Amino acid sequence: MSELIRLDHIVKSFDDTMVLNGIDLSVAENEFVTLLGPSGCGKTTTLRIIGGFEKPDEGRVWFDGKDITDLPANQRHLNTVFQNYALFPHMTVGENIAFGLRVKNKTEQYIKDKIKYALKLVNLDGFQNRRIDQMSGGQQQRIAMARAIVNEPRVLLLDEPLGALDLKLRQEMQYELVRLKKELGITFLYITHDQEEALTMSDKVVVMNEGYIQQQGTPEEIYDEPVNAFVADFIGDSNILDGVMTAERVVKIDGTEYPCIDGTEQGFPPKRRVDVVIRPEDIDIVPYGQGQWNGTIISKLFIGVHYEMLVQSEDGSVEWLLQNYDQHDVGEKIGMKVDPENIQIMHKPKSEAESAIELDI
Amino acid sequence: MKKTLGNIYIVIIMLFLYLPILTLIALSFNEAKSMSVWTGFSLRWYEELFGSKLMMSAIANTFSIAILAALIATVVGTMAVLGMAAMKPRHENMLMAFNNIPMLNADIVTGIALMLFFLMIHWPRGYMSILFAHTTFCIPYVILSVKPRLNMNTDRLFEAALDLGASEKYAFRKIVIPELKPGIMTGFLLSFTMSVDDFIITYFTRGAGINTISTLIYSQVKVGIRPSMFALSTIIFLVALVVLIIVNVRQKREDMLLAAGA
Repeated sequence: MSELIRLDHIVKSFDDTMVLNGIDLSVAENEFVTLLGPSGCGKTTTLRIIGGFEKPDEGRVWFDGKDITDLPANQRHLNTVFQNYALFPHMTVGENIAFGLRVKNKTEQYIKDKIKYALKLVNLDGFQNRRIDQMSGGQQQRIAMARAIVNEPRVLLLDEPLGALDLKLRQEMQYELVRLKKELGITFLYITHDQEEALTMSDKVVVMNEGYIQQQGTPEEIYDEPVNAFVADFIGDSNILDGVMTAERVVKIDGTEYPCIDGTEQGFPPKRRVDVVIRPEDIDIVPYGQGQWNGTIISKLFIGVHYEMLVQSEDGSVEWLLQNYDQHDVGEKIGMKVDPENIQIMHKPKSEAESAIELDI
Repeated sequence: MKKTLGNIYIVIIMLFLYLPILTLIALSFNEAKSMSVWTGFSLRWYEELFGSKLMMSAIANTFSIAILAALIATVVGTMAVLGMAAMKPRHENMLMAFNNIPMLNADIVTGIALMLFFLMIHWPRGYMSILFAHTTFCIPYVILSVKPRLNMNTDRLFEAALDLGASEKYAFRKIVIPELKPGIMTGFLLSFTMSVDDFIITYFTRGAGINTISTLIYSQVKVGIRPSMFALSTIIFLVALVVLIIVNVRQKREDMLLAAGA
């Protein structure tokens, strides 16, 4: 796959606030890339820089091998599906979709065929004469998609397109988007703060926070091997525990020494203090005393498919988050067991003093 | 019981609002000059109205000034809104405060101030000075009605148009202007009515020998209002009524068409 978009060390600040602190990103042709992060992490600004609505303070934007940093938005070969769709309210559905084509002086026959084709593609056949305010949120979302794709962009930028929809519709639209992407064969650059959305649809997930890219990789890599506590915490629920390497490939967590798969080679020599991430669904409940840790259930919550429980360790120093299909009662003493491959060792985040020293350099 | 009381209340309000106008309409067709005795149906006051050069020129002045002032104020006000949108919020707010002062200011102050201003710069008072004064006091209303239409949403729509390849000019013409249109229309109509309605400012800024409807009526008060004024008021009222009915029927039909199309 060839590279289509490249961001070279993009820096952007608004007034005195740093929004992007040097973003390097590469998007390959026909890839589904998702920028994931909490609000204010800089993901929307990144998208707006690619779309041409903001100029970076530093760094370059490359598109298909050309530097497009100074190219205005209306000359870029990409289209955006905006957060609240930004459909033109005084135009009909058909006129909205035709807008980009009219600008390019296409023939009326071509425009008519394109509208028909696009509406069919988004399952809104025959809706071209409706007014925008007669359409539901989900339908408006589809119209926004149709309006963008009739221009045959090479990249579609999607700014939280499902954010305003309810849960069920959102899940349906996720399938729709993946189907559309397959049918169109174009690149999607998608923005969301919803980790589930990101993991479900993407080929590559880019986790951002405070203007930095924290980690990028396939959804599996991001979920199974988060590089730091922020990513682990943001991508799904997790237990982030204090640990210390007591010997080569042995980590001590909550008073129990435990063999793991990371050692000096991975940068975790003995005596190093580390963060340990254990996903709540990876912890098995076994009878008391038969697991590696023991604890008492202090709360229980039924959340649809499974139960979520908080378990306090024997000495009271650690609270474990567990997810399990079986019901256990509050107050019950249980044992807990985890397979070695489900223990993820991570570097401790640097202390503020250490980070400051590094910044000075 | 509650309903009957409610209905009675509505009837009373309607009577208060429309009985005086109905009286006026009736008297405009009265044969005698009397304001209290009905002597028979006649169109003589209408004949007098259309025959009077004084009245016809006052009518022409009133409406031509209203249309011109509203047009100029709408263009200037809309441009001001667009300019203000590009300013820093602090400057924009300051300008808005200045914009609001003339609207709260008493007409008498504005009128006298404008009169003194015209005297000071030796601008002959007449048609042009009235037009200038009316345009001045209409602009703040245009700004106030157009400004709310230009917001974050308009910015986003503008960006969406650029995203689809439109030039800035094209996006402005095809997207921004239609978005502002309801505000522009409101501003225009508001300016028009304010101008037609105005007496005080016109009184101070007009010269000798030029009248609008309101100043003409005022000058007649001294010698007694002639029923031809009732005829004029009746015509104005009926025109407004017909326009209102047309607008409403149109709206209704549009809604029905839309409902049928859905």
